[in-house]
Amino acid sequence: MKNYQTIILSNLEISPGYWRMRILAPGFAAAAAPGQFVMLRPELALPTMLRRPFGIFRTGCLPPECAGLPPREYMEILYKIVGQGTRIMSDLHAGDRVELLGPLGRGFTINDTSCAKILVGGGIGLVPLFLLAEALIDKGHQVRLLMGGRTRDDVLAVTEFERLGVETYVSTDDGSLGEEGLVTKVLERKLSKYPCAEVYACGPMPMLAAVERICSERNVPLQVSLESHMACGVGACLGCVVKGAGHSDQRPNYLCTCKEGPVFAAGQLDWGRAVNTEGGCPEGGCR
Amino acid sequence: MNAKRPSLAVNVAGIELRNPVMPASGTFGYGEEYSAFVDLKKLGAIVTKGLSLNPKAGNPMPRIAETTSGMLNAIGLQNVGVDTFVEKKCPYYRVLDTPVFANFFGNTLEEYGEVARRLADVPEVTALELNISCPNVKQGGIVFGTDPKAAAEVVSLVRKHNDKPLIVKLSPNVTDITVIARAVEEAGADAISCINTLTGMAIDIRTRKPKIANRTGGLSGPAIRPVAVRMVHQVVQAVKIPVIGIGGIMTASDALEFLIVGARAVQVGTANFIDPAAMLAIIDGIEAFLVEEGLEDINQVIGSLSL
Repeated sequence: MKNYQTIILSNLEISPGYWRMRILAPGFAAAAAPGQFVMLRPELALPTMLRRPFGIFRTGCLPPECAGLPPREYMEILYKIVGQGTRIMSDLHAGDRVELLGPLGRGFTINDTSCAKILVGGGIGLVPLFLLAEALIDKGHQVRLLMGGRTRDDVLAVTEFERLGVETYVSTDDGSLGEEGLVTKVLERKLSKYPCAEVYACGPMPMLAAVERICSERNVPLQVSLESHMACGVGACLGCVVKGAGHSDQRPNYLCTCKEGPVFAAGQLDWGRAVNTEGGCPEGGCR
Repeated sequence: MNAKRPSLAVNVAGIELRNPVMPASGTFGYGEEYSAFVDLKKLGAIVTKGLSLNPKAGNPMPRIAETTSGMLNAIGLQNVGVDTFVEKKCPYYRVLDTPVFANFFGNTLEEYGEVARRLADVPEVTALELNISCPNVKQGGIVFGTDPKAAAEVVSLVRKHNDKPLIVKLSPNVTDITVIARAVEEAGADAISCINTLTGMAIDIRTRKPKIANRTGGLSGPAIRPVAVRMVHQVVQAVKIPVIGIGGIMTASDALEFLIVGARAVQVGTANFIDPAAMLAIIDGIEAFLVEEGLEDINQVIGSLSL
């Protein structure tokens, strides 16, 4: 984990409302594990002030700009414009300065079993799955990605997964790309096909709650990556907690999304009520 | 040849601090959380997350929301409880040689007394910071921080149970902060820290809901700094005991404003979230200011307000 004062290499809109930012970050790739995140802030960020959390999408290396210079290591995030902070970020250009803290948090645990590895992404929730797919394929696993979005505009970067050798299945709510319907329907169908499977999921809370129900009914191991508003990203502010398994007012079991997560084994969390009302499901509400 | 480096050392309530900069309670965990970014031996002191008699779950989510040049929070004083603090967190402080201020609170008068008693013989705790000012917790009908009598009563009780230097942290959510300041001084406080957060509210216009589940939260960050400087100025005028200034300090010049109006030390809060190394930059900046001004000692700046 490092606090980088660095620059943007590129910042491009890849789909309406979705942006891809590449940031110079020497030494980052070797430190980053699949599922980890960063806290990012433009150096001149007024009127916003706090860093924002972003999942790590990819890491890589560019050839030197001139002969003799070292290669340029970078990390990438994909982000959706959801408020003032992300809108300001979308106005930034190559060469603009950012402060980047990371990699942070606990990522995915990779189990070397022969079970089918199924990745489920909803919209921008696809982000932390790329490094995971890369790591699984490196270890010789076959990887399937089930990618869901409301419309074709919400389905991102699927071809990049295909180039890795991932089998991809796209579904959209309106049928504008791939199969019409929810990604969870595709998941149910796939799970009935494999005698043994493991699922890794990231997406909006209602999707994660449905994925959890489907997996627990079938005794399929599930890891989920959660999102939350955060102030610090390092476990100090306690602003990003989720209810852990067995949580009650008498015996509180709050877990920090930033430090104990953002990736959790499904069994660590309290699924009885919505785990986190932010950006997702109002308490009890939306299944 | 190097000129002699200016002295940043200050004395607060009989405690020698190597410099006047420390974290504000609740923004720095128990210290260890930030050890990857901050050499804790460089800080004036460490101030812990607020401790209570029993572990506390805290408030429902969402707990934080950014507002213009500030943030609202209603964490609800989530903490491990005083006994776990003493057993699990204190051993870490032994190697540091940095004073530790244990911030604590109670839901009742008795609880305040009991927490103070349990911290009395803990060698790693240098001083107490008594929180009578958190806006996010209801205290059984008594709001200790807004009533001078109740404030004095809790200070006297804590005094009875604990001999360590006692800093009392005041709420800005009162009509006249100097009334409370004088009451706690009379009751035996050794120092005052102020201000805690200002009660605020923010609304999500699409859902019509408050952005914080607790409805209201404490506003911190640069938005509150001018209010804080004014209140620290008033309190310094009103009491003889030292005052620790708090409120939206992001840079060395922000910290110097508080010192100039008479704060003996400062606490840095929200800035820790934005830059984990913010306090180190503030300490370096204060030193650079002294060099620029040709001053040898930070005490020449403290209370140097020209009116």
